[in-house]
Amino acid sequence: MDILIQQVISGLATGGIYGSVALALVMIYQATDVVNYAQGEMAMFSTYLAWTMINAGLPYWLAFFGTLVLSFVGGVLIERIVIRPVEGAPILTIVIVCIGLLVILNSVAGWIYSYIQKPFPSPFPARPIKIGNVVFGAHDVGAIAVTLIVLALLYVFFRFTTLGLAMRAAAQNPASSRLCGIRVGWMLAIGWGLAALVGAVAGMMVAPIVFLDPNMMAGILIYAFASATLGGFTSPGGAVLGGLIVGVIENIVGTYVSFIGTELKLTVALALILVVLVFKPSGLFGRVAVHRV
Amino acid sequence: MAALLAARGLTAQYGWTRVLHGVDFAVEAGGITTILGANGAGKTTTLRAVCGMVRTAGEIVFDGRSIAGRATEDLVRLGIAHVPEGRGTFVNLTVEENLRLGAYGRNRRDGLADGFESVYAYFPVLASRKRQLAGTLSGGEQQMLAVARGLMLRPRLLLLDEPSLGLAPLVVREIFRIVRTINRERGVSVLLVEQNASMALSLADHAYLMETGRMVQSGPAAQLRQNDAIRRAYLGY
Repeated sequence: MDILIQQVISGLATGGIYGSVALALVMIYQATDVVNYAQGEMAMFSTYLAWTMINAGLPYWLAFFGTLVLSFVGGVLIERIVIRPVEGAPILTIVIVCIGLLVILNSVAGWIYSYIQKPFPSPFPARPIKIGNVVFGAHDVGAIAVTLIVLALLYVFFRFTTLGLAMRAAAQNPASSRLCGIRVGWMLAIGWGLAALVGAVAGMMVAPIVFLDPNMMAGILIYAFASATLGGFTSPGGAVLGGLIVGVIENIVGTYVSFIGTELKLTVALALILVVLVFKPSGLFGRVAVHRV
Repeated sequence: MAALLAARGLTAQYGWTRVLHGVDFAVEAGGITTILGANGAGKTTTLRAVCGMVRTAGEIVFDGRSIAGRATEDLVRLGIAHVPEGRGTFVNLTVEENLRLGAYGRNRRDGLADGFESVYAYFPVLASRKRQLAGTLSGGEQQMLAVARGLMLRPRLLLLDEPSLGLAPLVVREIFRIVRTINRERGVSVLLVEQNASMALSLADHAYLMETGRMVQSGPAAQLRQNDAIRRAYLGY
């Protein structure tokens, strides 16, 4: 029983990270109908920026917030420079551009920082938290808290601010938004910026667990796809919840189903994507997209 | 009266197809002007051309300054509210959020509460549905919401694209009555595009008749109503 609780908590911690990346995917998908395959590599690159700042002697939280700012700006620039020119192009073109971005970010990170794994610090104490017989990693609990704070802030932003409302409007109905005076192009760019920021948080929270290297987000992106598919690509809340479910399932299956262990965990995510797509393609909370043709 | 909006030699095209062939028209300040015409005459395109939503050439002057080629978002900030064909409702947002978006292009944010109040006074039904998703409104209510969204801008010019489309006659009459009230009380100039010619002519001061991308006739609305050819072709008696 203790092991189960422990596995659930650590599943929630990684699940929150999957959920964050899934949320970043969903934010961009809803605004532009594009699945950003480079989301994971953007997060990885952000994490390297944080690592650079921490290594230069900056306090952790200063580096953390500095990374968020840089990631936001980076996301906006990527939209303006790379995505904008192919806006309105066939979906396949945009997919290829995203994959190109993925390869470029991965190679540039490898070129600058090498492919050797680097330890990444956790801002939380190394000493585990013990309640009764159950031992929690402090980083797991901290990561869950950080993720929840980020999600709450995003919710408040989209729900209650005029800019957030304008961004939702621009995603739903660009033509009408322009008639309201909303600069739709900039809303998309800000969306990319925010997605990059959320990804950066996920990267910095997962790096202490998986170690920092240019390929660290590859697996996580697949879990994030599974999360977004499970929760529904049209539902931000669903994507986050999907992430938590995937994280917990992954951990429990890895612990209790002996032939899966750690080696086949990723397969569980892929199998989950398959099952969801076959039985409920819109995901648990997604809407079926209706297009008038 | 001076013209608030005037277009001269306005052309517009979709791809290679030209749909406006040098259109001239004007909207008097404080007046209601209507453009009548059959399906495909270019009425909607004329409104879209004014708002920079389609490739255009020619001269468009709003309040003494040339606005040809300006971005749609900037024209909104000058006080041009366009209530588009099909209403442009944000169906997944609440009624109140739709209205908030209408005020987005307004320069000063101070009087938003007042804006809501006056809009709800014109359209009481929206006040009772403000927390509801706009997509759940009836067609007539959505049209009211579209006009109300335009009003939230506190516009100087209101462009209405077929507000009667698909609505019951009683609802149409109600909407037209409100448009007239808004015009009288707030001095908002109106450019109305309509297929429902008799309703439009009874509302407007000045009317244009459009055929295949050209203005073929214009004059005071009362005068066009008496015109035999128009009566037979568009009023049906």
